Amino acid sequence: MSATSASDTSGAHRARRFKTDRDVVEWQGDYRRYDIAKEVLISFLVVLVLVVACAIVFSSPDDPPVTVKSWSNAAPVDFAQTAMAELNGTSGVATYGPPYTNTAGASQKLGPISLEHAVGVRIPINTAQDFVLKPLATLPNRPALDAALAEYQGASATQRTKWDAAYKRVVANATFSSGQLVVKGGPYGPVGVLIGNLESMARTGALDGALLATPQLYATNYTNPLLFIADGMYLADQASLRHLQGSQWGMMNETGNFPGQAWLWLYTMWYQVPPMNSSSNGDIEVWAIMMALTLLLALVPFIPGLRSIPRRIGIYRLIWRHHYRSLGPDVLSQMPPGRTPSRR
Amino acid sequence: MSASAVDTLTVSPEKGTWTGKLRERAVEAFPPDRLLPDRQPAYVASWTYVFGALTIGAFIVVLLSGAVLAVEGPAWWHKSNAGLFVNSVHLWATEFFFLFMVVHLWAKFLIAAWRGPRKATWITGVIAFAISIATAFTGYLSQQNFDSEWISTQAKDGINATGAGAFWNVLNFGQMLMWHIVLLPLIVAILIGLHVLLVRRHGVVPPFAPTEAQLAKAGLSLTTTVTAATSLLVPQELTEPSPQEQPLLQEPLAQEPTSEEPPAQEPLAQEPTSEEPTSEEPLWTLPEDQS
Repeated sequence: MSATSASDTSGAHRARRFKTDRDVVEWQGDYRRYDIAKEVLISFLVVLVLVVACAIVFSSPDDPPVTVKSWSNAAPVDFAQTAMAELNGTSGVATYGPPYTNTAGASQKLGPISLEHAVGVRIPINTAQDFVLKPLATLPNRPALDAALAEYQGASATQRTKWDAAYKRVVANATFSSGQLVVKGGPYGPVGVLIGNLESMARTGALDGALLATPQLYATNYTNPLLFIADGMYLADQASLRHLQGSQWGMMNETGNFPGQAWLWLYTMWYQVPPMNSSSNGDIEVWAIMMALTLLLALVPFIPGLRSIPRRIGIYRLIWRHHYRSLGPDVLSQMPPGRTPSRR
Repeated sequence: MSASAVDTLTVSPEKGTWTGKLRERAVEAFPPDRLLPDRQPAYVASWTYVFGALTIGAFIVVLLSGAVLAVEGPAWWHKSNAGLFVNSVHLWATEFFFLFMVVHLWAKFLIAAWRGPRKATWITGVIAFAISIATAFTGYLSQQNFDSEWISTQAKDGINATGAGAFWNVLNFGQMLMWHIVLLPLIVAILIGLHVLLVRRHGVVPPFAPTEAQLAKAGLSLTTTVTAATSLLVPQELTEPSPQEQPLLQEPLAQEPTSEEPPAQEPLAQEPTSEEPTSEEPLWTLPEDQS
């Protein structure tokens, strides 16, 4: 018989070489009593008891989220600086690239390929308009603000850039006193009024609602407020206090002393090692690694060498120790790791 | 219609229809004694085997607690002690689900559980694991608390980098909640169901067989081995072989198979060989579905 000759007339079977780590000869030996329904039921009850006990003893974490209101009240200067970056288009979101903006060269690449660039901008965000100017326009009965908005939006792009740059310089050294943002004077035109009003709006909670505003009243999409909040330093500082930063393996942690998403340990690990921990393409590199590893895991049965690992490390002898002992008292000792219990 | 006519209609198989064929194939693939077995191979005698059932048990608790949370809506557990308790059950059931699933996955890896016709079983298990991670991830995004906020704003970068973020927006609470409570659990349930059916269809993978040389070193012959196995592991009342159960290893050693059919009793190999032995091994004939 040869590899090419072994086939029956019906074609239902074909010849192939027996490979220990791929093939198996099905069990023809003895059976023992078993009840699958009982096993699942008992498992369910055991888990239920464990889970209820853990729920009673440990509960679950529920730290309130940072809102624009809580952020602007706790860190008003950080809020003002972030708002200025949104207005002049230098914030993280304003320069993010796809799917939010068309910023040139901002897309992550894997070699020559940029998947996010290929998909393009599908959630367009203009931070100046969406985070600052449109929310301010919703405030009623503010003549000074209305005038400032009209002046800013009616000015040339060059003039706005000059105002933005001037205010950015002074807001870098801003302080907050008696409920007011305090900045030095300068040639920043109406920008001081805009940011000052946005600060007041944020501190009352009105900006949270304005960022969520939709024509159909009901809102379930928090993209705008979350991106705005994440552009500031306050959220990241709060995350650091809770050991949630990426450098703190934060992706697999959660607030409090809870296990978190421990199953993400491998994904999180790649962010800690070079070159991903300092690469501008770190995210797509980590994803590419994880996708490749997942594919590899799924295809283990087909990959010579990889599928031999279980037999080579020999832990199967422990799992099936009763079976091997049943074959004879010394059989187990005669099956060292790496030896091939193959058939021919 | 008379009673006898009704009986005739009831018992007549609808051969030729697609539903009749489907029923025939289903019964053929999953006869009751395979779908809900009352026996299993004697080698299935390790605690590692319980983690599959424990994973299913945890999954059921996850689904039930999630259903209770759904009754009052996603904000309930923030303002109610009862809701907080149910949410805690949901969280801890998820933790145990993953703990059991990972142990189950590693246990199956360590016994090379894909051998024979079980490759699809392995693959559906791995995919179920991956989709479960996405399901849990959307659960974290749906909590409406600091964890959701931080995780979503951080995770967006990775997902955006793949291009998927343009369609699957982790900052869109409504979208993530619907994926978490409808689409992903449905996919996981289907995958787990398929995985379990495949396990029932193809059975639990048998152990690596010892070689003849290994048995010889232990001072055993094949005949005594079979006797020992029978006497040690099998309860007396179950020792009678079923129609498909024939005594193991009673054919002559190292005999070349002569039939095109899969060998019912397979001789053991003479000597351990290197990784993935092929060239010096004789050929075996296996059914197509084992490839």
